[in-house]
Amino acid sequence: MSRFGEIVRRDLRLALRQGSDSVMVVTFFVLTVVLFPFGIGPEANILARVAPGVLWVTALLASMLSLDRLFQADYEDGSLELLVLTPTPLEVVVAAKVVAHWLTTGLPLLAAAPVLAVLLNLDAAGFKILLLTMLVGTPILSLVGAVGAALVLGARRGGVLLSLLILPLYVPVLIFGVGAIDATLQGLEPRAHLLILGGMLAGALALAPWAAAAALRQALE
Amino acid sequence: MVPAMTGIHPSDADFSGSQLVCVRGGRVVFAGLSFALAAGDALVLLGPNGSGKSSLLRLMAGLLKPFSGTLAWRRRAVSDDPEAHAARSHYVGHHDAIKPVLSVAENVAFWARLHEPRGDAAGQRVAGALERFSLAHLSALPGKMLSAGQRRRANLARLLAAPSPLWLLDEPTTALDRGSIRVLEGVLAEHRAQGGMVALSTHADIDLPGAREIHLDRFAPSAELAEMFL
Repeated sequence: MSRFGEIVRRDLRLALRQGSDSVMVVTFFVLTVVLFPFGIGPEANILARVAPGVLWVTALLASMLSLDRLFQADYEDGSLELLVLTPTPLEVVVAAKVVAHWLTTGLPLLAAAPVLAVLLNLDAAGFKILLLTMLVGTPILSLVGAVGAALVLGARRGGVLLSLLILPLYVPVLIFGVGAIDATLQGLEPRAHLLILGGMLAGALALAPWAAAAALRQALE
Repeated sequence: MVPAMTGIHPSDADFSGSQLVCVRGGRVVFAGLSFALAAGDALVLLGPNGSGKSSLLRLMAGLLKPFSGTLAWRRRAVSDDPEAHAARSHYVGHHDAIKPVLSVAENVAFWARLHEPRGDAAGQRVAGALERFSLAHLSALPGKMLSAGQRRRANLARLLAAPSPLWLLDEPTTALDRGSIRVLEGVLAEHRAQGGMVALSTHADIDLPGAREIHLDRFAPSAELAEMFL
């Protein structure tokens, strides 16, 4: 098996045995979304109107919750040094860790989203596009988040710093994710929004592993 | 400057460094350091705390870049192909890189497969490595149950689980009991007999017949050189 596969498999196994990260992310997602009907009031029309935005903002925050553990645990126990010294480009190692991160956080969010959409009375026409935007958007969150996670390695209160660093970068994903859903709900074509999201994913795929790898090398100096 | 302090000429060496300068946090740790290692050689790094033993080993492993000077493997600069260098070296640092929720065998096997994905006898070699470091009876135990010495032995088992000619060991005897140090000495002797190379730093007595020594405090920068960087 390739080194890429080995790292993905190991991170999935770690996530499965520890269990906490995925469960925490999904629980946070569900609980926060459930808060909105209490805060805004149970009127179905208003909930339906804010549903796309609420789901996306909450998913974004939830995915950020687990980011500071992405490299931190390996950094603390010395595994990161050995991963850097793996006879394969560090970019591949980073990509493998991002894939594992998406599988353990992005994918569960994707699974929970339709249930929460029902709770918020999202129009039936919006379900497919909600899943589609999250399918394209959540990998961007993991990729961009990996750069931030690598940059704050070793910093005190890295978690807070990480959110200050990463949240502004998440804004475009939020705009076009919600934009695609709103367009569909108004009977417009969401294609343009989806294409831009796709472009951002392609850009992040190409650039984020390099940036994160450079930050990791810096952290270990 | 102090000349290369080894008997062999650097051009005959497999792994050599010349005129290395290491700068950490704006401070020169050592300067003008040269070494050469040929097959079967061992190098012991000695010196007080903070003299740069760990820095030199991290430099040899490729985790740090030298401020100036070059590292070469068979006369080719190591920085030309860092991945090839990673493939031929094993680095054991201060941390043991043992995941608490993975079993001892899984921990060692992961690093072995990562080092050499197409190792045919990998499973056997991992079992052999655990046996050698008296961890066979603990192989199914999760990493979090291990004592510091057992964790260190599991980390050292990586050396045997995937073969590599160059071993860089940063105080490998930390937390080891006397019996385990004897085992490590045996493993190091076998490795050298098969043409392997070892560079290690230590504060404990470890029996390495014919090993050369580098006293890092002798490479501390002179006052004017230290000032150049201020």
